[in-house]
Amino acid sequence: MDLKTKFTPQSWPAHPENATLEGKNKTLGFWIFLGGETVLFATLFATFLALKNKGPNGMEFSTQSLFELPLAFIMTMLLLTSSLTSVYAMYHMKNHNFKAMQAWIAVTVVLGLGFLGLEIYEFYHYVHLGFTFTQSAFGSSFYTLVGTHGLHVIIGLAWFILLMLRNSKRGLNLYNAPKYYLASLYWHFIDVVWVFIFTVVYLMGVLD
Amino acid sequence: MSHDVTHTRTQQEYEYDRKRANLGMRNQVTVFALMIFLTFIAFASVQAGMSAYLVAPLILLFAAVQVALQLYYFMHWSEKGHGMAQFFMYSAAFIAFTMILAFITIIWW
Repeated sequence: MDLKTKFTPQSWPAHPENATLEGKNKTLGFWIFLGGETVLFATLFATFLALKNKGPNGMEFSTQSLFELPLAFIMTMLLLTSSLTSVYAMYHMKNHNFKAMQAWIAVTVVLGLGFLGLEIYEFYHYVHLGFTFTQSAFGSSFYTLVGTHGLHVIIGLAWFILLMLRNSKRGLNLYNAPKYYLASLYWHFIDVVWVFIFTVVYLMGVLD
Repeated sequence: MSHDVTHTRTQQEYEYDRKRANLGMRNQVTVFALMIFLTFIAFASVQAGMSAYLVAPLILLFAAVQVALQLYYFMHWSEKGHGMAQFFMYSAAFIAFTMILAFITIIWW
């Protein structure tokens, strides 16, 4: 089957991401990758939980004195909303509405950039206070966990932007539909990880 | 689950599928509202300054529910053909849980 076949909304398959063998394989491979990512983040969470507020030196900083819940709340809302906007993008992808899909992905990217900006501000603020990566074991584990998530946000944003630019004149076909679908799965996974970060790192950090 | 790619839907089939897609999207927005609500309650219960022994299990439960909603609705697990995805993710979750349990119990024994 020619991957570049032109479709109308009526001839567009109900599950374009799985309509080709390539799409099926990509989806399965991507879920195996997400399983690996889950284990990667588990190691970082476990290390953070073991080292938070602990260390041989530099104990002038603690989760209670550092974290500001209003900032974490705004970041959570931005990322959660961007998760919904990428669901809208996939809704329009399945209706073969290319322009609407691109527009909703653009909204997702803007929200993601807002999240990233706030995270950079937060890290900058902590470093300014003297809480750096090398300051303590707690600092190292915090920046590694939250920073790895931030790196995933950067990769997800770059992925969306490249897809939008590369396919802007191409329209929607069975070659690029799985690509958009997987990028949106990745973005949801980033939100899944953030749900645990805001709960385990920020909320439970303030609790004790 | 193989789908004939060259199949063109009739007008009735097309309208039926569109209606179903619209209902599905409305469902997703409801799920989103529920996730916002859980997030809000989690932050509010920490701000309220209740006992950590009460709040910690509560917000962990909310996180688990929120992640399940994300996986089953936003990432389409509730639709057909996601058995392998669930197999890999549940295996990963099992390993993740074991690792975290080990680190929080035996590091500072």
